[in-house]
Amino acid sequence: MTYKENHVTTANYPDLLAGLTEIVDEICGSETAGKVALDATFDSELQIDSLTMVEIVVACEERFGVRIPDEALEQLKTVGDAVQFIANAGVAA
Amino acid sequence: MRAAALTGLGSHRPAHRADNTAIAAAIDSSDAWIRERSGIVTRGVAASDESVVDMAVSAGGKALASAGVDPTDVGLVMVATCTLTHAVPGAAARVATALDLSNAGALDLGAACAGFTYGLALAADAVRCGSADNVLVIGSEKFSDILNMDDRSTSFLFGDGAGAGVVGVCDVDGISKPVWSSDGSQSDVLRTVGSPPLLEMEGQAVYRWATSMLPGFARATCERAGITLEDLAAVVPHQANLRITESMVRALKLPPHVVVARDVIDSGNTSAASIPLALDRLRETGEVHRGDSVLLLGFGAGLTAAGQVVRCP
Repeated sequence: MTYKENHVTTANYPDLLAGLTEIVDEICGSETAGKVALDATFDSELQIDSLTMVEIVVACEERFGVRIPDEALEQLKTVGDAVQFIANAGVAA
Repeated sequence: MRAAALTGLGSHRPAHRADNTAIAAAIDSSDAWIRERSGIVTRGVAASDESVVDMAVSAGGKALASAGVDPTDVGLVMVATCTLTHAVPGAAARVATALDLSNAGALDLGAACAGFTYGLALAADAVRCGSADNVLVIGSEKFSDILNMDDRSTSFLFGDGAGAGVVGVCDVDGISKPVWSSDGSQSDVLRTVGSPPLLEMEGQAVYRWATSMLPGFARATCERAGITLEDLAAVVPHQANLRITESMVRALKLPPHVVVARDVIDSGNTSAASIPLALDRLRETGEVHRGDSVLLLGFGAGLTAAGQVVRCP
């Protein structure tokens, strides 16, 4: 499936959300992965600190073939923010 | 061409230790935060009269004794360091004189945390080509001279110490050809400023670089050595931060039999000294043995990286 810039729909989200959940599971464990939802905040709800966030972003870049610069990283407050960013960045999943 | 291998190792760990509570107050932090952020519990702090040269001499002398090499048979000594507060004179000639290396050339090597693995690569080539029969490679760092203890991003991370290895002629080569790389476009993420110099670091950028490059770097270094991760007895990455090491271990899905050095817990980040210190510690504790294949991964300021697979002496 190919995601293209400006063609983001909610129908695309489940695949990205599932991929992101797998990444969180691998890096943080199943307990944290179980709390992943579009409206969940990385810091307060998932208890993911800034260094772990860097690892998640690096894993997302590799998995989804996108570049997430440091400036963007700071704006990713919720899981939904990350999914939206990856989708907008144009994904070849 | 001759074959080269590591024939001895030596360590110098400062007697004085500083635990996290001694450091946390100045940065409005805590032992728990430092452990969570870095895995570090304690680190060596050199005495005021215990210099980069002194620690290098101590570690280098032990490495020569461990290798059973007479000082007059050393043809070259390299001291990798980034914590001299003055660029001139370098440390290596003073180390050579203190150790009575009367037939040795001497140079300092500036590749920061990758200095020891760069040194090993060059030492192996010098031995193979016949430029020297024995080369002493030392990493020695005194971060306590260049740390701003009010800086939350660096004060708790770094420690003092020295580690050394002897590279000599062997029947079978025991140091693989290196995988090395550099990226000067990110040179400002880890730097010293001012005079006397103080260390500054963009922690997130360094963390991102290290965690994203290490898995591929590790695989490429094994491939260059003609082995797989399965063939390794141990991995000794530069001891930058325990979380960088754990991230690499997770990404590589290392087989359970592969021992991973975690000397950073007790030593902090000792830059060029960290790999020989960590390898020597694994040898002391019996976690690696003579003849074992060990993957060494140096990476740090510059940015620079160099790695190789060595046969443990």
